[in-house]
Amino acid sequence: MTSFRTPLGRVVGLGSAKSGVHHWWMERVTALLAVPLVVFLIGFILATAGGGHQAVVTAIRHPVVAVLLIAAIITIVRHMQLGMQVILEDYVHGKVTLLAGLIANNLFCIVVAVAGVAAVIVTCFGA
Amino acid sequence: MTEPTVRERPLSPHLQIYRPMLTMVMSITNRITGGALYFGMALFVLWLAAAASGPNAFATVQAVYGSWLGLLILIGFTWALMLHTLAGIRHLIWDMGLGLDLKSIEWGAVAVLTGSIVLTLALWLYVLLRGAPT
Repeated sequence: MTSFRTPLGRVVGLGSAKSGVHHWWMERVTALLAVPLVVFLIGFILATAGGGHQAVVTAIRHPVVAVLLIAAIITIVRHMQLGMQVILEDYVHGKVTLLAGLIANNLFCIVVAVAGVAAVIVTCFGA
Repeated sequence: MTEPTVRERPLSPHLQIYRPMLTMVMSITNRITGGALYFGMALFVLWLAAAASGPNAFATVQAVYGSWLGLLILIGFTWALMLHTLAGIRHLIWDMGLGLDLKSIEWGAVAVLTGSIVLTLALWLYVLLRGAPT
């Protein structure tokens, strides 16, 4: 059987740094967590969307709803960031454009996550 | 000194070579819906931010989302979310080493597509039949 180890790897004799599958693994972990959180989000929207502003605010002020909303935002945005990175790495070939795309991806995800979490917290503690 | 002869290197066949098959289309759709949901999440956060800002901002966003174009985007968003979630569950099943035979793969593609359409219709029928969405 052919060895998949690099010449350097054979000489140094060390194993992998165990981080090779980190991106792939985090994508699966966030996906698994996102499934029940998406079900929660749909339930939240169905329960509040018909009741106007007051119904939405009242629902978000329930601590369980607030915590689940924040968990959903963080989990889903992390999944978005990982997924978009793979899409960019697959289709963007220029070194500079890829780097710019990856930075833009991170910025977008940070803004969406911070805005979402801030909105939940402000709704909970705002006037 | 002789120059090495340059000849056309073979390229691996790409998408346009293959006859489109449901499994392949579903794989592509999973990625496209993921990309669409990436931006759809911003719409959801905008809605949350509007709720945090107060009744006026919330009413504005509700009016935009409740317009025919807004509803069209939201229905598309819902379908993308259903498809990407179901396709994601299918991927997680594969990751456990299950359902990798041809029959299961063909069946799964049909199940994900049908399930996403049925769930989208069910959710929106519920919302629209219940009354005004605003």
